[in-house]
Amino acid sequence: MQAIEENHTETENELFNCEAELLHFATAGSVDDGKSTLIGRLLVDAKGVYEDQLNAAENFNQKKGGEGLDLALLTDGLQAEREQGITIDVAYRYFATPKRKFIIADTPGHEQYTRNMVTGASTADLAIVLIDARKGLLTQSFRHAYLSNLLGIRHIVVAINKMDLVDYSEEVYNQIHADVSDFASRLAMPRVECVPLSALQGDMVVSRGDNMDWYTGRTLLDILETTPISESVTEKSFRFPVQLVSRPQTDELHDFRGYMGRIEAGVVNVGDEITVFPSGLQSKIKEILTFDGQLDSAFAPQSVTLTLEDEIDITRGDMLVSGTQTPRVEKQLRAKLCWLNEEPLAVRKKYELKHGTNSVKALITNIEYKIDVNTLAHDESVEELQLNEIAEVTIKVQKPLVCDAYTDNRTTGNFILIDTETNNTVAAGMISAE
Amino acid sequence: MSSRKKLTHLEALESEAIHIMREVVAEFRNPVMLYSIGKDSSVMLHLARKAFYPGPLPFPLLHVDTGYKFKEMIEFRDTFTKKIGARLLVHRNEKAIAKGAHPNKLGVGRCCGALKTNALLEALETHEFDAAFGGARRDEERSRAKERIYSFRDEFGQWDPRNQRPELWNLYNSRIHEGESVRVFPLSNWTEMDIWEYIQQENIEITPLYFAKERPMVKRGTQLIPAEGATLLEGEEPEMVMSRFRTLGCSPCTGAVHSDATTLNDIVKEAVLATRSERETRIIDHGASSMEDKKKEGYF
Repeated sequence: MQAIEENHTETENELFNCEAELLHFATAGSVDDGKSTLIGRLLVDAKGVYEDQLNAAENFNQKKGGEGLDLALLTDGLQAEREQGITIDVAYRYFATPKRKFIIADTPGHEQYTRNMVTGASTADLAIVLIDARKGLLTQSFRHAYLSNLLGIRHIVVAINKMDLVDYSEEVYNQIHADVSDFASRLAMPRVECVPLSALQGDMVVSRGDNMDWYTGRTLLDILETTPISESVTEKSFRFPVQLVSRPQTDELHDFRGYMGRIEAGVVNVGDEITVFPSGLQSKIKEILTFDGQLDSAFAPQSVTLTLEDEIDITRGDMLVSGTQTPRVEKQLRAKLCWLNEEPLAVRKKYELKHGTNSVKALITNIEYKIDVNTLAHDESVEELQLNEIAEVTIKVQKPLVCDAYTDNRTTGNFILIDTETNNTVAAGMISAE
Repeated sequence: MSSRKKLTHLEALESEAIHIMREVVAEFRNPVMLYSIGKDSSVMLHLARKAFYPGPLPFPLLHVDTGYKFKEMIEFRDTFTKKIGARLLVHRNEKAIAKGAHPNKLGVGRCCGALKTNALLEALETHEFDAAFGGARRDEERSRAKERIYSFRDEFGQWDPRNQRPELWNLYNSRIHEGESVRVFPLSNWTEMDIWEYIQQENIEITPLYFAKERPMVKRGTQLIPAEGATLLEGEEPEMVMSRFRTLGCSPCTGAVHSDATTLNDIVKEAVLATRSERETRIIDHGASSMEDKKKEGYF
């Protein structure tokens, strides 16, 4: 504890940094791989854990008959999870270093919790796939990497944990590294990095440690601190789903009509020509309004209010668009669907499809094929989709969707399905390229 | 600004919160914002003003008043909400207050249950609110780390942690049946540090209780108990102590901390240096898993 207190003083000025960027990352792996220990290590070594929370974890561990501090107990939140020693639900954790602020989506690794992993991965910029150095690459590691990639995470880090239990062997690392490269090419994943580490002992997590001098790559924290964040979203064509039409109708704002929303891609400037989808009406940006004053331009993912030169009919669910890439307007589309509910998918049943600020009735007209997440094999003979299963489907919607492929834009390319009887969110969808 | 294409973490969190608030207003029939006068509420209210600018706030504020809130909090509440033109509703569980509900008499759990949870559920029901914004953060406490941004509540206002709706991307499922409701947490992803940094960056007005000054306190063990509303034990005598509050609850259950932090800058510095998490001064969280249990009953 002493060390942590001292370090607080050291980093006092650096930590207070309003200019830091935010990185969302997901961790996939099971408790057996030491995932919770790894997160605990990051939190402790990066000083994200306050003293009394540490004490509480320590006390609980002593009650269970353990000794000292079990890093995993810092992260498992619900009573049932602590008692059973498993992670069931996605838990969100926060820590900061002088360079960045981090949001961790801590997701369970078992196949029966695939839906939770998909949930945690949906908002992540980077994924850490954890493997046990003694076991090497397992089917589940492949599944975790596949799901991370499917959810559009561009940076995948394979953390080879428990190096202390294989004598920090370079040979073991080299073998696993070769296997990882092999599957990365099978998945056509551009950026996969391997880091050998020991979450328990702390080697290569935050500090390098003394045990793996043969390894010249970066530490895990170094990777987290330097990986570029959603670098391409502002380079894309402008997408602005309208959330609300603001018409305050007060004395000063009698004729005011503003379109409130968040820029989901690209940049917008005053004077830009925009097209309203799906109507096709056109106008120009008159003002970009915020509480802090008018802007000349704004970029994704800022939330702003836009006014237009012309009075045209625009409502929630419409999308303002500009730039060279035009969005697709589809009444029928193909998508990858991850089924999230105990009640299986019923072909021809009507669901509510929520896409951006738009909700429409939808039905799955065909399951094209189911994907075996462990082998990537396609099964074209399926009639049903069960909890945690993933398939390519054809969907018909009642009103046209203004959308992009998920691989082009995560926000305008995603949707959820809601069962209108139970109101449960039953599926996550990613629109396929044409 | 125009050449910069990256948001700082505070700008990213701000944009996310604004997006959430606008979604709620677009999709719910009758939302309300819970306003507890604390720093998180103050940030949430500031974000709401930003979200709906140049229009007025499209929902009222609701303060659940236990009758044990500090005088300075109530004064701040009334002045500030009037200044920004917000509609303020105050709800008290008058029956329990009349019966003299007090933590010393009922125990902390039952007292909170009556004055906070029941009062809140009563208010939501009376006004038929279908969505209620709350300023809770996932970093506050471990059961909150599993909380959704849209937290579904059954018709009894209760939370089922094992059966939460999956929440993907920034798509929020707002569908509910008659009588059910949703608690919405736009500050889910903020940390205590983010809150203080944002207050400083945006110059947000907060109650003076957060700033250190000489206050009458009772010293009990390592705790500093505000003399206002405290029941003195034998031999205890209030004394003036340079102190402030890190979090604000009810006077019998909120301890103060020794501090010389008289400016926002000092407070932020103190938060950075803090080795004790903020909720430690809140008696409500202590015990094996009390926050999780309370939340199941309908507490925020």
